Amino acid sequence: MGRTLTEKVWDAHVVRRVDDEPDLLYIDLHLVHEVTSPQAFEALRLAGRPLRRPDLTIATEDHNVPTTDTLLPIADPVSAAQVEALRKNCADFGVRLHPMNDPGQGIVHVVGPQLGLTQPGMTIVCGDSHTSTHGAFGALAFGIGTSQVEHVLATQTLPQRPPKTMAVTVDGPLPAGVTAKDLILAIIARIGTGGGQGHVIEYRGEAVRALSMEGRMTVCNMSIEAGARAGMVAPDDMTFAHLRGRPHAPAGADWDAAVAYWRTLVTDDDAVFDREVVLDAAGLSPFVTWGTNPGQGAPLSSRVPDPADYADPAARASVERALAYMALTPGTPLRDVPVDTVFIGSCTNGRIEDLRAAADILRGRRIAGGLRVLVVPGSMTVKADAEAEGLDEVFRAAGAEWRSAGCSMCLGMNPDTLRPGERSASTSNRNFEGRQGPGGRTHLVSPAVAAATAVTGRLTAPADL
Amino acid sequence: MEAFTTHTGRAVPLRRSDVDTDQIIPSDWLKRIERTGFGAGLFSEWRADPGFVLNDPAYAGATILLAGPDFGTGSSREHAVWALQDHGFKAVISARFADIFRGNALGNGLLPVELPAGTVEALTDRVEADPTVEITVDLDRREVRAPGLVAGFDIDDFTRWRLMEGLDDVGLTMRQQEAIAAFETTRPAWLPTTR
Repeated sequence: MGRTLTEKVWDAHVVRRVDDEPDLLYIDLHLVHEVTSPQAFEALRLAGRPLRRPDLTIATEDHNVPTTDTLLPIADPVSAAQVEALRKNCADFGVRLHPMNDPGQGIVHVVGPQLGLTQPGMTIVCGDSHTSTHGAFGALAFGIGTSQVEHVLATQTLPQRPPKTMAVTVDGPLPAGVTAKDLILAIIARIGTGGGQGHVIEYRGEAVRALSMEGRMTVCNMSIEAGARAGMVAPDDMTFAHLRGRPHAPAGADWDAAVAYWRTLVTDDDAVFDREVVLDAAGLSPFVTWGTNPGQGAPLSSRVPDPADYADPAARASVERALAYMALTPGTPLRDVPVDTVFIGSCTNGRIEDLRAAADILRGRRIAGGLRVLVVPGSMTVKADAEAEGLDEVFRAAGAEWRSAGCSMCLGMNPDTLRPGERSASTSNRNFEGRQGPGGRTHLVSPAVAAATAVTGRLTAPADL
Repeated sequence: MEAFTTHTGRAVPLRRSDVDTDQIIPSDWLKRIERTGFGAGLFSEWRADPGFVLNDPAYAGATILLAGPDFGTGSSREHAVWALQDHGFKAVISARFADIFRGNALGNGLLPVELPAGTVEALTDRVEADPTVEITVDLDRREVRAPGLVAGFDIDDFTRWRLMEGLDDVGLTMRQQEAIAAFETTRPAWLPTTR
């Protein structure tokens, strides 16, 4: 029987397979940031263990870093201590680090691909659930906890049970005005926050094939929000073209050998997935979340749902609770929901294509009065690229703030937060209670919807302008 | 890691689904570089509400958490497990756990027990009716027992053995260094390094 893409990559990394035990899986690349690593490095120190493969490990500072006044010391002493711990750990164990203000610094999931370190067929881990981003290249990439970070630092392997496989096929082309973010939000709403549990999702079909590499990264990034262990897209000519010439991509004869192997990384025709889901792209439109988990979303053209329409009592209670937290009234058109803040950035939507999409909407327009609009590039390289194209001028002219790279308002670990009761349209990945700051309310949207919302001050699709 | 064989204790009924790790331990707590002291941050936003079940004195000292389905979704933060353990929890019972949370819990000896939603509901009803009810989580026999209720749960032999012995994965894998070194000689030369 044929094998799926996931199974091919998995099988190529099994160091040891014994009945009843998890497979011991080799890890090709370990990405490290300041939040989930200090306890892991400390455990190595206490056990007197070396880092097995510093040459397969790379670190960057992202979660805690301020995105303004980055030349000043970090004001929060606890954040500063965590960043300082990463610097010491990287120095002590010989890990390459891209610190604040380094031209290579940025969100860990933006840095890997832009360096060409993320390649098809690799196994990639990081102490961060959005590691699934790298699956856009046909890599098997997943988030791990700190004990597993320690395990990879010490052994460059992880004991793991093979995942189940799920195909999510999106038939037909995406309608005009529908983006990768709308697509993944619709997929999560369809299969639910636990729908992918235990599975690696392979995204397939015409609409997925047509996505740019940035778009594929956006889709794979949010696989975790559907409960999946990882998301993958089979590599193709677009993948190879995106990789070619990057600092760590193979070159010369190595490139040819690599491409020959990468071309084998497709699901065989006779392979069987454990589960299959099919969506028709024609039915999709700009999508937003109204609730407090990423599965609670709906087309922007629809209304806030009514808990009374949910038959299951647990689901009804969950919707009631979400609407109470979000301060939304059932039946309200989503287009009438006003916001205080717009955040454009994050590992989901902080790449150059995302900034171009937002700038295209904001060019020649002004943001609504009283609104706070943050545009935060995913890395310092993205920032430099955007400035070379003049995008920073577009954002500034519209009245938005142009920032330095970091996780920023995606999560409340740095100075960029919502205040209690504030409402955002955000291109990030999680609308959990308090995710962007205690008491903050989050609507997840695409960069284009975020920019259109910035113009009107209400949730808005570009076509509505 | 502390070994887990069987545990008997009172339980807290948390009637919520999709309890994400941002709720279990808000991100402000993730700035700490220690592994201990996270109990004070456990559900800290929800605990600000005096009516929250963890503030109910009737459930003080409970060591088992009964939660709705899809517990531990979201961020990979192991701090969520550390916070639950620091608060005194030994096991969490839910109809479904997020994969990363489950792995983190098993790595620290906090037992994630998956039972059918109806069984979790029955246990929750009992504990709400009588907070003094004791529940036993028996890893040896792979079953949960409460007055008038016995429910088996699945856990693979290897993981069960590792938990009962209190062994952590790093120590076990360090015994496989030869196999790892042998595998490394077979990796294609064009794979990238960070140098």
